[in-house]
Amino acid sequence: MADNNRAVIKLKERFAADIVDVKEFRGEVTVTVKKENIVAICNYLKAELAYNLLTDVTAVDYLGQEPRFLVVYNMYSIANKDRLRVKAQVCESAPEIDSVVGLWSSADWLEREVVDLFGITFKNHPDLRRILMTEDWVGYPLRKDYPLQGPDREPYKGRLS
Amino acid sequence: MAQKETMTVNMGPQHPSTHGVLRLIIELDGEIIEKITPHIGYLHRGIEKLSEHRTYHQTLPLTDRMDYLAPMSNNLGYVLAVEKLLGLEVPERAQTVRVITAELTRLKSHLVWLACHALDIGAMTVFLYCFREREKVMSIYEKLSGARMTSNYYRVGGLSADVYAGFEKDVQEILDTFPAHFDTYEGLLTKNTIWLQRTIGNGVISAEDAIDAGITGPALRGSGVDWDLRRDNPYSGYDKYDFKVPVGEKCDTYDRYKVRLVEMREAVKIIDQALKSLKPGPVLAAEPQVCYPPKENVYNSIEGLIHHFKLASEGFAVPEGEVYQSVEAPKGELGYYIVSDGSTKPYRMRVRPPSFVNLSAIERMAKGAMIADLVAVIGTLDIVLGEIDR
Repeated sequence: MADNNRAVIKLKERFAADIVDVKEFRGEVTVTVKKENIVAICNYLKAELAYNLLTDVTAVDYLGQEPRFLVVYNMYSIANKDRLRVKAQVCESAPEIDSVVGLWSSADWLEREVVDLFGITFKNHPDLRRILMTEDWVGYPLRKDYPLQGPDREPYKGRLS
Repeated sequence: MAQKETMTVNMGPQHPSTHGVLRLIIELDGEIIEKITPHIGYLHRGIEKLSEHRTYHQTLPLTDRMDYLAPMSNNLGYVLAVEKLLGLEVPERAQTVRVITAELTRLKSHLVWLACHALDIGAMTVFLYCFREREKVMSIYEKLSGARMTSNYYRVGGLSADVYAGFEKDVQEILDTFPAHFDTYEGLLTKNTIWLQRTIGNGVISAEDAIDAGITGPALRGSGVDWDLRRDNPYSGYDKYDFKVPVGEKCDTYDRYKVRLVEMREAVKIIDQALKSLKPGPVLAAEPQVCYPPKENVYNSIEGLIHHFKLASEGFAVPEGEVYQSVEAPKGELGYYIVSDGSTKPYRMRVRPPSFVNLSAIERMAKGAMIADLVAVIGTLDIVLGEIDR
C-alpha cells in the first residue's frame, strides 16, 4: 500500500505541510504536493532516497478545475529499482514553478517542452526557448482550450471533431 | 595579444549524418567544438494532442510513427500501459509472440543503427550487409501485419491476429543465420584500425553524468551502468528468459558499439527461448468489453458485426486513474504516461521518448572534440527524429 512506500513514509515526516494527497493505483504511488517547496522535496528524494534518474517531466491540464495544472515528475531509483511520481499543483493565475535543472540536468529539455506546449514557466531555468514549436508560435498547443486544428482554422467536421 | 575568434557552422536539417531532420548550430574554435545548440521540432506532428481526440485503439497506429525504426516496441509500451489501466491479463501465447516480435524489432533497429553509424564513419560495406539482414525482419513484419514499417500488430488485450503459418520457420532461419552475420560485422569493424581510431575515446560520458543527463538504454550501459528494464522491472513475461545485460567500461563510442552488438546476440538468444516456449492458445484476452471479436463472427453473424462496429466506433471505457509504463526500447526507456478520466479517449497521453532525452546530452559528449567526430557522437546516441519531435 501507498502508506508503506519508503518514500511516502519519509516525505510525510519531513514535508507533512506540503503534501496534499497520496494515492496508489495499479501499484504506482503518486504524491501530490504544493509547488512552493518542490526543489527541496526533489532534492531530498534525490539525495536521501536515491531517486537518481529523473525519467520525465510533463504536465496535465485540468481545464475548469483549480488548480488548473499539475506538473508531473516521474523519477526512478536505479539502486532500488522503484518508481515514484510527484505532482505539483500550479494554478492558472500564476503558471510558474521552480526549475529542478539544478538537481538533474535531464530536466533541461523536458521542462522546456512543458513551457512550449503548456505555457508553464520554470523559474531559474537557464534557457527557456520554445523547443518543438517555432519561436514565433502563439499559444500553447497541449492546453485543453487550444483547438485541435490550430488557432485560426475551421474545426474539422469529420471523424475527429 | 592574440584574439580568439569562434566560427558558427550550421549543420542540418538536411544532412545525411544527422539521421533525420536534426539541426545543430555549432560554435567552433578552429576545428574544436565549443558549443552545440540543437534545434528540433521539424517533424512535430502533435501525436500527444491527437491522441486526446481518439479512442484508445485509434491512438495505437500513431505510436508506430514515432520511432519508425522500431514500431513494435512503441506499440508494446502503449498497449501495456492501457492494459495496466484496465487491469487486463494478456494470454501467454500473445505475451510470447510479443517478446519474439519486440526482440526482432530490437535487431531491426540495431541493424539500422550499426549501418548508419558505420556509414557515417566511412565503412560502407557494413551498411549494405546490415540492410540486407534487416530485410529479413521486414519481410516477417509484412507477413505478420501487412506493413513493413507501420506494423500496428498488437491490440489492447493481445494481438490483432495469430502468427501466420510458417512464422516459426522464418524466425528459426533468422536465429540460424544472424550470429554468423554478427561475426561478419565484427570482423569488419571490431579490430579495424580506422574504426578504433574514430571510436575509442570519442563521446565519453561518465556513468554519473549519464544518469544526471537522463540517458537510458544501451547508451547508459555503455557507460557502465548495469540497468535494463527487461531484467529489473520485467514486463510481458521477460522474467522467464535468461539473458545477459552487457555493460561497457570506458564510456566511449567503442564501448557503446560493443554493448549494442552483444545486445543483438542476446536478442537472438531471447527469441530462441521464446520460440521454444511458444505453445498454442488464444492470442486475445477473453474480455468482450475491450477486445475485438474473432473475424469469423464479424463476417458471419449480426451480433459479431455489431460488437465489432461498436468497439471500432465508440471504443471502450477505461477506469479513471493514471499509469506510467515503460519498456526497454532499442533506444532506451520508452515510457507512456496515460491519464484516464473514465471515458473512451485518453485524457492525457504523454510519451517519454528516449531519443529526446539522450540527444539533450549531445553538447556534454561532444564538447572539446573535433568537428569530424560529431557525426560519430550523433551515430552512437542512436537517435530517431520521429520520436524526438513526435
